[in-house]
Amino acid sequence: MKKWRCLVCDYIYDEAKGWPDEGIAPGTLWADVPSGWSCPDCGASKGDFELIDD
Amino acid sequence: MTSATLPSPTSWTDSKRYLWPLGALVLLLPIVGTIGYEQTGWVAMLWFAFFILYGVIPLADYLIGEDKANPPDAVMESLAADRYYRYALFASVPVYLGMWFYMAWFGATHALPWYGWLGLTLSLGVGCGLAINIAHELGHQTSPFERFLAKLALAPGFYGHFYVEHNRGHHIQVATPEDPASSRFGETFYEFFPRCVAGSFKRAWTIEKKRLAREGKSVWHWSNDNLQSWAMTAVLWTIVGVWLGWQAVLFVAIAGAYGGSLLEVINYLEHYGLMRQKRADGSYERCQPHHSWNSNHIVTNVLLYHLQRHSDHHANPTRSYQTLRHFDGVPSLPSGYAAMIVVAYIPSLWFRLMDPKVVAHHQGDMSKANIKPELREAVIAKYATASA
Repeated sequence: MKKWRCLVCDYIYDEAKGWPDEGIAPGTLWADVPSGWSCPDCGASKGDFELIDD
Repeated sequence: MTSATLPSPTSWTDSKRYLWPLGALVLLLPIVGTIGYEQTGWVAMLWFAFFILYGVIPLADYLIGEDKANPPDAVMESLAADRYYRYALFASVPVYLGMWFYMAWFGATHALPWYGWLGLTLSLGVGCGLAINIAHELGHQTSPFERFLAKLALAPGFYGHFYVEHNRGHHIQVATPEDPASSRFGETFYEFFPRCVAGSFKRAWTIEKKRLAREGKSVWHWSNDNLQSWAMTAVLWTIVGVWLGWQAVLFVAIAGAYGGSLLEVINYLEHYGLMRQKRADGSYERCQPHHSWNSNHIVTNVLLYHLQRHSDHHANPTRSYQTLRHFDGVPSLPSGYAAMIVVAYIPSLWFRLMDPKVVAHHQGDMSKANIKPELREAVIAKYATASA
């Protein structure tokens, strides 16, 4: 499971946790998150996330 | 629908394309004023940039009017990728730095009456305010070079905390009572300004402290974005002090403070009284187009790089200025920001003009508005009775 960080506000999308509030089940891979999804904190688009290597 | 009825992507042209470099050129207005002063001896010429901001630009907005045109979806990608727009924006940073050094030199080498000083300071301050807006656009981009330019553009006016605070503070908490940079119904600009500046500094510091702690670093680590921009300020102010004397440092510091007040008065009018609602779990709903005040006035939109298409900006924070869109039905200001900041300076006029708009937006249900806490219950009761 990987984590992706919003380049605007530092929100972290954790594939293990998903985002159940908006129907993205835990374990959803980043590639499977809908392209129209945007950062829950600041609204930046999916393209504005970067993979965190750790 | 046949393809003939759709505008061809190649046939669409950006009507503002060749106007965008004006954003860099207006930064030369303070210099134009000093040349005018040298040529004529009229001290009033030192007020030139100030007069343009508060007089000519609001009038030009009124005369030239609005533009609601949006780029068609088909060109959005190529428009966003067009380097021309990036270079038009980048150019403003060296122009600003050159103007700033020139103004410091001019102030230090000319004996002026007090009202000449005041005009000179305010004119430089107009430039500092515009530069914060340029840094705003640059700071939302994701490349390291643009982010460096953003910090650099904030440095002369000592506003480096904005780079951190805006993206990772304001954009998350916008239009909530917790956001120091969102103004409340019934709050005057003079109440908002100190609350906003103090809250923003504090938030910028905390955000970086937390980020660095996550990385196992001290808040004093060199990679602290606040410290980076403040270090640039220290270098620039030291150069001015050594070259031109401490009075010149005082001069640029006061101009910077006034420039900061211009940014904050714009913050004041961008979200006045608007509030995101809480969901059942206590978190706030996402920021939506109806949580920002907008304006389509052409002159101010060009000079501010479409900042006034503010709803789209909050919906898409990394969207470049040339691609920001107008939305129908969003909260709209009666004029562009240049005229509205004058209104914001006069609280009685501001309340008379804007309060009915906030009430109408909420259809009288002011429990949905962001209200100054001391007034909250009275305001809700007042309009509930009025609309019942």
